[in-house]
Amino acid sequence: MYKLTVEDLHKSYGTHEVLKGVSLKARAGDVISIIGSSGSGKSTFLRCINFLEKPNAGIISLNGEAIRLEKAKNGELHAADHKQLQRMRTRLAMVFQHFNLWGHMTVLENVTEAPIHVLGVNKDEARHNAVRYLQKVGLDERTYNKYPSHLSGGQQQRVAIARALAVEPEVMLFDEPTSALDPELVGEVLKVMQDLAEEGRTMVVVTHEMSFARNVSTHTLFLHKGLVEEEGHPDQVFGNTQSERLRQFLSGSLK
Amino acid sequence: MSDIIQQFWRAFLWSDGYHFSGVAITLWLLAISIAFGFVVSIPLSVARVSKNKLLAWPVWLYTYVFRGTPLYVQLLLFYTGMYSLDVVRNHEMLNVFFRDGMNCTLLSFGLNTCAYTTEIFAGAIKATPYGEIEAARAYGMSRFTLYRRVIIPSALRRALPAYSNEVILMLHATTVAFTATVPDILKVARDANSATYDSFDAFGLAALLYLCITFVLVALFRRAERKLLAHLRPMNG
Repeated sequence: MYKLTVEDLHKSYGTHEVLKGVSLKARAGDVISIIGSSGSGKSTFLRCINFLEKPNAGIISLNGEAIRLEKAKNGELHAADHKQLQRMRTRLAMVFQHFNLWGHMTVLENVTEAPIHVLGVNKDEARHNAVRYLQKVGLDERTYNKYPSHLSGGQQQRVAIARALAVEPEVMLFDEPTSALDPELVGEVLKVMQDLAEEGRTMVVVTHEMSFARNVSTHTLFLHKGLVEEEGHPDQVFGNTQSERLRQFLSGSLK
Repeated sequence: MSDIIQQFWRAFLWSDGYHFSGVAITLWLLAISIAFGFVVSIPLSVARVSKNKLLAWPVWLYTYVFRGTPLYVQLLLFYTGMYSLDVVRNHEMLNVFFRDGMNCTLLSFGLNTCAYTTEIFAGAIKATPYGEIEAARAYGMSRFTLYRRVIIPSALRRALPAYSNEVILMLHATTVAFTATVPDILKVARDANSATYDSFDAFGLAALLYLCITFVLVALFRRAERKLLAHLRPMNG
């Protein structure tokens, strides 16, 4: 039984086809890393999974339940049932490149927001859980009443991960979570992600961190020009590279 | 100065002996028009930035008309203009409403400040960081929750400095209320002036009262900004 399946996803901007049929299957506990050069469509693919971008074709299912879609006039697919889409989104928590924390809320409020106002968890319980998740990502109570702009990038991204954990998602989506960080802050975020992976969380990670893809993920997808050029276990993808393009990409990014 | 104070202090502050007057009336005009403007401008500003032209266009027209004409002219239109129309005079409720100077004043002040406030809030809504909206959608918020929890609270905070300016300008704009025979601070000053011919003192006293009210408003807004804009301040600032 797959937690998340994406079948034959297509996405175009105008006449430019960014994704030309990309599929992905994730079992519980899988950590799937998606690598590729910029413009390969990897972020677009991830953003199509929770419908932040609307694909033109494809099927997305969570625990066997497909998001019901209808075709709009411009050729994009729209959710046929907004309630269903909202419910599915709460089970697919996303961590963004630029954190996207809510600036007018404190750290604690950022983490309790979706549980209280989307899932309807009561306030005490939500706060109690939030503290647990914040501790898990290594933030202590001195930060809880601060605003995001008063934290370092690494701390902000860890708050964003706590916010994702707080909705107790089935699958976590990471969109280049370390790309906007200063080099010395990358480690603390990768460490948290590695802990989550070891806990058996199901994760889909778009990343430029080859060491993470190689050492932490259970499956690696290399996207090139909107298609999966090569995929498999990271030992095989990195150790026994088949495609010339991937070899070029890796020699470029490992320098 | 002491003559005027002795004779008119009560009228300047709250009562001319028969009716409320002076500071009490000015604050009443300000409070009602600002409250009306605030409450109504929130849905209007959301409509103003809507992609739906049928929602956005009427609001654009409204703010264009009310920001494009002087408040004084608007007041004259509501007070004398409306009452010269047969439709208004022959309609029982409209007749009662527009015969009263206070009603006409509150209506024109409310609509005027609401137009400016709508534009201030609409600008702040447009400046919402897109990533925050995207995060709200990604976490399953409905459109209504997105506005209620993220867009509007964040926009109102950002709008606070511009909004405090609008409130102070509105205080100063209440001085045209005498046109509709509303006995605000300036009306009392004019009465004091014609009774004593001590023009400098009469109007100087009025100026002093406006200054005091402004001082209180500025202090209130500074406190509000300190609390509500903490997230935009530098760490140890």
